[in-house]
Amino acid sequence: MSYHSFLLEPISCHAWNKDRTQIAMCPNNHEVHIYKKEGSNWNKIHVLKEHNGQVTGIDWAPESNRIVTCGTDRNAYVWTLKGDAWKPTLVILRINRAARCVKWSPKENKFAVGSGSRLISVCYFEQDNDWWVCKHIKKPIRSTILCLDWHPNNVLLAAGSCDFKCRIFSAYIKEVEEKPAPTAWGSKMPFGEVMFESTGTAGWVHGVCFSDSGNRVAWASHDILPFKSDPAQTFLTSETLPLLCVTFITENSLVAAGHDCYPVLFVYDSNKAALSFGGKLDVPKQSAQKGMTARERFQNLDKKATTDSKEAVLESLHKNSISQISILNGGKARCAKFCTTGMDGGMAIWDVKTLESAMKDLKIV
Amino acid sequence: MAKNTLSSRFRGVDIDEYDENKFVDEQDEAAELQGPDACEVDDLIRQGDMMTAFHIALRNPPINSKNPAVKERAQTVVLRVLTAFKSSDIEPAVKSLDRNGVDLLMKYIYRGFEKPSDNSSAILLQWHEKAFAVGGLGSIVRVLTARKSV
Repeated sequence: MSYHSFLLEPISCHAWNKDRTQIAMCPNNHEVHIYKKEGSNWNKIHVLKEHNGQVTGIDWAPESNRIVTCGTDRNAYVWTLKGDAWKPTLVILRINRAARCVKWSPKENKFAVGSGSRLISVCYFEQDNDWWVCKHIKKPIRSTILCLDWHPNNVLLAAGSCDFKCRIFSAYIKEVEEKPAPTAWGSKMPFGEVMFESTGTAGWVHGVCFSDSGNRVAWASHDILPFKSDPAQTFLTSETLPLLCVTFITENSLVAAGHDCYPVLFVYDSNKAALSFGGKLDVPKQSAQKGMTARERFQNLDKKATTDSKEAVLESLHKNSISQISILNGGKARCAKFCTTGMDGGMAIWDVKTLESAMKDLKIV
Repeated sequence: MAKNTLSSRFRGVDIDEYDENKFVDEQDEAAELQGPDACEVDDLIRQGDMMTAFHIALRNPPINSKNPAVKERAQTVVLRVLTAFKSSDIEPAVKSLDRNGVDLLMKYIYRGFEKPSDNSSAILLQWHEKAFAVGGLGSIVRVLTARKSV
C-alpha cells in the first residue's frame, strides 16, 4: 500500500492513463492537473484550464488516449494530445444543470455524462460534421444522476441516481455500432430503454459498477449495498457510514469505500445467493503505546478534560472520506492493484496480493 | 397595488402542486398497517411480560400510513413499552431482534427524541446505546434516509 498526498483540498475526481504512469485529477477547482510519475515523485506536467466551474468527472480512454472532462459549468470537453499539449474540444451537452459524472464506453466511440438536469447525455462523434453530438436519456429519471458504468458490450449503461434507484439503460446508437447480441439483461435494446430498475433502496445511489462479464451489477446506496446478479437481487445492510464508491475486483468480490475512510471487501456466494462482509482492507500500523507521565495526565485533564491517552486521529491510511476507486491492474476480473482518492487530497494504491497475505481471514474468491 | 400584498392568503392555487417536475414518492402497494394493538400491549405490561409486549409493540409499524393519528398512537404505545422496561433487561431485548427490528426500534427511538417528556429522553438514550451497539452507524443512517418513517 502506498499513499501519496497530493494536496490539502479534496480530489474531486481522477483518471489514469493506459500504462498507469500518469494521473489526471481535479484539485477541487476549475482545472485538471496531470501528474507524471518520475522515479518516486509525482510531477505536475500539464494543467488543463478550460472549464468555468468545478470539474466533476474525468475519464481517460486508454486506447485512443483522449480525456473527457465534465463540470458544473454544464459543459464537457474532449481533450486530445497534440504534440506536447492537450487541446480541448467542446461538446454541447444540452443540459441546464451541472454535469456530475462521465465515462467512456469500452470501445471508446461514445461517452455518457450524468447530470443534475435529470438526464444522461450519450455523446458520439459525427464524422460528417466533425463534432460531438449527444442524445438524451430522460425517462424515467426523476433526479440527479450521480454515477455511471458501462457494460462490456458497449451498449448497456448502469446509472445510479438521487431518486433512490439504480437503472440499466440501453445506450445503443445506431450511427456508430451494430445491433448488440442479447444479454442477461434483455434482448431488445432500443435507445433509452430501461432494462432494469432497482427496488427497495431508500438512499441516494452513490456508486455503481458492472462486473467483468456484465452479468452482475452492484451499487452503493446511502443506506445499504445492494447487488444484482441476474436473476437474484440481494443486498447487504451496512453497519458503517455510507459507502460512496464500489468496484468489482473479481467476478465474486467487491471493494467499496466511503465515509469511513477505509476500503472494505464484500464477497458474493453464488450458491447461497448472499452477499457478505469480507473484511476491512486497511491494516493500521500499531502505534507504539507510550507510557503517560503524571504531568501528561494532568495536562490532558486540563486541556481536554479526559485522561485518555488515545489521540483523536484516524488510524486508516486516508484521513477523510474516500470518494473514488479505480482499478489499476488486472481489470475487473482479476484485479491486482486498485487506487483510491479521497477528500483528504491523497491517493493510495492498494495491492491485492499484499492485502491477502496481510489479513489472515481475507478470502478474495 | 392590492392593499394586501403582505399576505398571500388570498391566493387560491398552490402552484407547486402543478409543477410537472415535482418529485412524488412512489405509491407503495403494501397494505397500510395500523400499528400495534394498544390494549394487548397494555395487558401484557400489567402482567409483567415485557418481552412479548416489546415484540408486539414492534409489529405492524404504520410505515405506509398517511394518517398522522395512527402514527402518533403507535409511537405512544411503543414509548410506553420502552419506559416500562428495567435497565438491565434492555440489552437482551435488543439482542432478540433481527436486523429489520433493530432498524425499526431506532426509528421509534428517534421519533421519541423529537418530543421529549419528563423522563423519556434518559430512557431513550439507554435504548439508543444498546441499539447502536447492535445496529452500528448503518442503522442510524437508515433512520435518516428512510422515506417512510414511523
